[in-house]
Amino acid sequence: MAKYRPNIGLEVHAELNTRTKVFCGCPTAVGAQPNTQVCPVCLGFPGVLPVLNRRVVEFALRAALAMNCEIVRPSIFERKGYYYPDLPKNFQISQKRAPLGRKGHLEVTVNGETKRVGIYDVHIEEDAAKLLHPEDDRGHSLVDFNRSGVPLLEIVSDPDMNSAAEAEAYMNAVRDMLLYLGISECRMEQGQLRFEASVSLRPEGESELGTRVEIKNLNSFRAVIGAVGYEIWRQSQALDSGEELVQETRLWDDERGATEPMRTKETAMDYRYFPEPDLTPLEVDDEWIGRIRAELPELAEARRRRLTEQHGLSDYDAGILTGDKVLADLFKATAAEGAPAKAAANWLTGEFLRLLKEGGLAAEQTRLEPKGLAELIGLVEKGAINAPAAKQVFGKLFERGGSPSEIVKELGLAQISDEGEIAGVVDGVIEEHPDAVENFHKGKEQALKFLVGQVMRKTRGRANPQLVNELLRKRIGGG
Amino acid sequence: MRLTPEQVEHVALLARLRLSEEERERFTTQLNSILEHFEQLQQLDTSGVPPMSHAVAMSNVFREDDPADPLTPEDALQNAPDRARDCFRVPRVIE
Ligand SMILES: [Zn+2]
Repeated sequence: MAKYRPNIGLEVHAELNTRTKVFCGCPTAVGAQPNTQVCPVCLGFPGVLPVLNRRVVEFALRAALAMNCEIVRPSIFERKGYYYPDLPKNFQISQKRAPLGRKGHLEVTVNGETKRVGIYDVHIEEDAAKLLHPEDDRGHSLVDFNRSGVPLLEIVSDPDMNSAAEAEAYMNAVRDMLLYLGISECRMEQGQLRFEASVSLRPEGESELGTRVEIKNLNSFRAVIGAVGYEIWRQSQALDSGEELVQETRLWDDERGATEPMRTKETAMDYRYFPEPDLTPLEVDDEWIGRIRAELPELAEARRRRLTEQHGLSDYDAGILTGDKVLADLFKATAAEGAPAKAAANWLTGEFLRLLKEGGLAAEQTRLEPKGLAELIGLVEKGAINAPAAKQVFGKLFERGGSPSEIVKELGLAQISDEGEIAGVVDGVIEEHPDAVENFHKGKEQALKFLVGQVMRKTRGRANPQLVNELLRKRIGGG
Repeated sequence: MRLTPEQVEHVALLARLRLSEEERERFTTQLNSILEHFEQLQQLDTSGVPPMSHAVAMSNVFREDDPADPLTPEDALQNAPDRARDCFRVPRVIE
């Protein structure tokens, strides 16, 4: 079926969450009024001197070491020249010949299989200004330099991914790593994570890579997946009909769901890199590398803290959830499906682990899916099923997956919240246990519990317990 | 290595310079004599000499990640040829 094997490479640009910009002391806060976080350096005035922010190097080193890169010594900065109104100096300070890190790798998991994606290089650069295109002034664009000089980490992968699914898994792995390392907020809606992809196709069995097409303007995971899928389709069609593919840069059109050739600028790709004379080389010594390496394991700690501080989980729960990758991923995905963090954590650290232990299973051997768990939590919250019923449903999800609402139907577990129906059962129980009623009147609170238990038994646990309580108290008084 | 007038024209375009016919010829000659000079330098055996990336023998000049006071938009925009809504106003760059 698949005649062609795609090779996909990704460039990830991540804004680092330092307090100040990479070469000047301007703040980097999001959402500030236009041109309130600017100075002569990031406005590109002549004669100014950029000075490297030490924390940017720290953060970039964390990422480079976490991705098993070689640290290049010395690493140097270069000027990448091009003209655009978002670039006041007409060059961007970046790294090419001697990037901070290179030849690393990142492990990603696709359909339960682990795959190693090569990291070609990791380097530091500065972000460009933001352009606004006002509706009421169609002949002009406006430039806000607040973003100019915000530190960017660029992570360039080898073309090692062979499907859109692998590209997605890789992006997830990169984002997880950046969050785990605490070096970027990764908020895509604010442009803190941006992508460029390259896609080439080669006939199955052929070892040489095909003609490479680059795709720009990718601002979300969805855009990358869409663009990569579209390019694979487009290039297959072209190859099928014997067309020659051209090496080119294309733009992703989110609305049309298609890529199209970029109107070739006559100067495209001629960046004329040369060493930045205003910045000294960067010599990261063994001691510095050693210290960062030693700090990396502690970052699990940081992740645990995030769970307690942002999601309000207990230290205990957070510790368990971050201790196991599968559990951590299940938790994250369940929360992403919209389930309240606390409820998701309770199920996973409670019933889930209990069932694992009982069956002598590893977490990945179960059929529980984040979506199913999130739905189950929703049913409990709505009061559609009670706690014991929810446990039964969870057992089924654990065993064989599926849809919680269908399992509820199948097992007849829907909670009875109809007052009339419950009242009938309550009356029957009162008649059958006059002694318990009497004990209750003597002040024995235990007796009420007994009666509630009887009602629950008769309804096979489906009666809404709160309603049972209320009705019992109403009938026998003392409520 | 010989630069052609077409290559000089290309470099001029990259630098956003408009050259007259006469300038193009003159710069082609001048640039070629500079390149010839470098060809001469290249005859020197530099194996074993690490490539120099900076003219000053210094490395690791850092600043700490401490915020400094930025300019006010008023100051920042003082020399802007055109402005609107506290932004620099430039010719439209998309359709
Ligand atoms: Zn600045």
